[in-house]
Amino acid sequence: MIKSKKFINFILQEGGIGLVLLILIAVFSIAAPRFATVTNFSNIMQQISINTAISVGMTYVILLGGIDLSVGSSLALATILAGKAITNPNLPVGVAIASACLAAVGISMLAGLFNGFVSVRWKIHSFIVTLGMLNMARGAALQISGSRTIFAFPAVFNRFGTMTFFSVIPSIFIIAFVLMVIGHIILRYTVFGRMIYAIGNNEEAVRLSGHNTGIYKISAFVFCGFTVGVAAIMYMLRLNIASPILGVGFELNAIAATVIGGTSMSGGKGSMIGTFLGACIIGVLNNGLLIIGLDDNARQMVTGFIIVFAVVLDTYREKLAKTQKE
Amino acid sequence: MNDEPILKLEHVTKAFPGVVALHDVSMAIQRGEVHILVGQNGAGKSSLVKLLTGIYFPDGGEMFFEGEPYAPKSTFDAFQKGIRVVHQEFNLLPYLSIAENIFLEKLPANHGFVDYGKLYRDAEEALKLVGFNIDPRTRVEMLGVAQMQLVEIAKAVFHNSKVLIMDEPTATLTSKEIQTLFGIIETLKRRGVTIIYISHRLQEIYEIGDRVTVLRNGEYVATEPLSSLTVNDLVKLMVGRDIGVAYPFDAEAALGETVLKVENLQVQGGKHPVSFSVRKGEILGISGLVGSGRTETVRALFGADRSAGGQIYLHGRQVQIRSPKDAVRHGLSLLTEDRKSQGVILDMNIAVNMTLADLAKVSKNGFLQQQTETNEANRLVEETGTKTPSVEQVVRNLSGGNQQKVVLGKWLFRDAEVLIFDEPTRGIDVGARYEIYLLLWKLARMGKAIVVVSSDLDELIGISHRMLIFSDGKITGELDRDAFDQEKILSYAYEEYIR
Repeated sequence: MIKSKKFINFILQEGGIGLVLLILIAVFSIAAPRFATVTNFSNIMQQISINTAISVGMTYVILLGGIDLSVGSSLALATILAGKAITNPNLPVGVAIASACLAAVGISMLAGLFNGFVSVRWKIHSFIVTLGMLNMARGAALQISGSRTIFAFPAVFNRFGTMTFFSVIPSIFIIAFVLMVIGHIILRYTVFGRMIYAIGNNEEAVRLSGHNTGIYKISAFVFCGFTVGVAAIMYMLRLNIASPILGVGFELNAIAATVIGGTSMSGGKGSMIGTFLGACIIGVLNNGLLIIGLDDNARQMVTGFIIVFAVVLDTYREKLAKTQKE
Repeated sequence: MNDEPILKLEHVTKAFPGVVALHDVSMAIQRGEVHILVGQNGAGKSSLVKLLTGIYFPDGGEMFFEGEPYAPKSTFDAFQKGIRVVHQEFNLLPYLSIAENIFLEKLPANHGFVDYGKLYRDAEEALKLVGFNIDPRTRVEMLGVAQMQLVEIAKAVFHNSKVLIMDEPTATLTSKEIQTLFGIIETLKRRGVTIIYISHRLQEIYEIGDRVTVLRNGEYVATEPLSSLTVNDLVKLMVGRDIGVAYPFDAEAALGETVLKVENLQVQGGKHPVSFSVRKGEILGISGLVGSGRTETVRALFGADRSAGGQIYLHGRQVQIRSPKDAVRHGLSLLTEDRKSQGVILDMNIAVNMTLADLAKVSKNGFLQQQTETNEANRLVEETGTKTPSVEQVVRNLSGGNQQKVVLGKWLFRDAEVLIFDEPTRGIDVGARYEIYLLLWKLARMGKAIVVVSSDLDELIGISHRMLIFSDGKITGELDRDAFDQEKILSYAYEEYIR
């Protein structure tokens, strides 16, 4: 009895999403022999890295009942600033790389600060503020770069980007994974993480318990900006370019991963592990469908359907969880 | 003339878990009269209205409308039968025109297209019935409160409502607007509309009322012609009797020095500044009608809402309270009137809720010490007598009384010095109430300064050392425990409304 209840609870939480992921992997392995190979798994890891990194920050924002639509544009702007710094011939390579990292992370955190501050100070839904930032950052990226792509990064930088550990795990996946683990630890084990959940559930109760809820909300947006900055560097590591037109639609992938992972759009409920599994599901789907021979258009339709299906499943899970309690 | 009552209630009962809202109420409303309904907070007036309009369903008894059994399934059902409420808060759509609002239930249509010509003609006619001269194309958002009320009334009248229920219609009106409203009520009466009129303002009901029914603690007390009763008679009828709950008052406990002193605190939009103080170990009761400024005052004191001025002193030292954060830092706490939306986080567990106001005590360098938190929560559960299998339990699954104990536990953990309770026992059953009174007393003996706002007069009389009475935003009375007297308190509470 207790055992089955524990199992149900496990399924109701991250376990359910994990199960979906396992089923997908199993189905693709049977359908396409080329799917379940070490090389392909290495590919998938590389493909999901950037989305995973952005989703870590997105999870914080969505847990607060907000949303950040500007992550894709901010990422483009961050690559442009970082690209300018890294290709600066007057700087020694080490300094150039370091300043590129600082520039990428700094500008996206600044964008996050703007998003958070404006939405908190004037009580504007973050949907609107970040929609504005989406355009501002894109415009700034195009302006600063003169609409040109930046490339020819230092060789050592590019070499790190294509490195794999144990000839399986791509370097950028390790970065994403570390970011995810940090995100998980903060959310699960710190006062800050506790406040994120509490505010997402009932901001007024938290405020009346003597907390300045605005500070926490702004911090969540700044943290989201931080993950975007890291993702920008990862993008440059992977593709060795910085471009003002990249990152279009990244916000939707990050939102999809977060929501598939079980985070509620109204806030207060969800987990980092879930988000990571959500990003894995999207990655496995995209990769697997390609391998079994679906074209781009069909893949897009299936992925879209899966997102909706996951959310429907989630509301059903919630109902099940409620009846479990009674 | 038809002497049969238009509306008749026979032995109607409505109960909620732990509270009986209406008990065995029988009364009759005559066709074409203005029938006044009075009673203290919680007397059952609102429940009665909700039964008549199909929001609540009676647990027992029967209702008759024009001689037929009457059991409305929804507000729409009640409205179609001819019974309608004009609410204090209006149910109008601000961005639609007056005409569209009046005919929202059934817009005149032609093959699915709205027949605007007919709509505006009909609306004009409806507005004429209430003597309201305005273009029906005007958007509702442009109207003032009194005008919106006229639109609501026009809506009711035009749809041939036979019974019109008005719930505190004059609460937000100026005296000139009130006179206009009374004129309209006269007109409606002449047209044969029956009006049920609910009001705290005991003076004004004499201007328009024919008969009055008094409710008390959910029970029917009397129905009399207004001409046979004075205001004092009414107050006497409204005064409740002791419902027999034992109150653990400890008269021996010594009071200490003044902890909190409030001077000229002005609530946002309030009419009068208020001043009061609380001593160590004292329970100060705050009484008054709903909307008399009790809740607004304690919320402004706590920084939950902005105050418009005033000084607050703690142990004689002036402090600035601009937000709940400031208040909590200075040792104040507020247990809000609305427990579920402002007191607890329903979907998080007891431990999280209880430690929320002082996370520093259960964390080190920003990391939560989960073992410490569990231990502390267990201690608080014990101390407050919260009934739960474990501190991991989600608060939503607890009863109202236990949820309230969780909020209490939160402030105990914070070690607040001044505890403000707004309706601490609302919606809580009798057994759990008693436990909460015991906790209040324990806190007082620990030397806390306690302020209790309550609509339950028996409760305040039972537990307070001293009582302040609010009336229309003003403190109209202050009584010491040995001077507590239901009648006196009520007359203070109604003071500003009688004048």
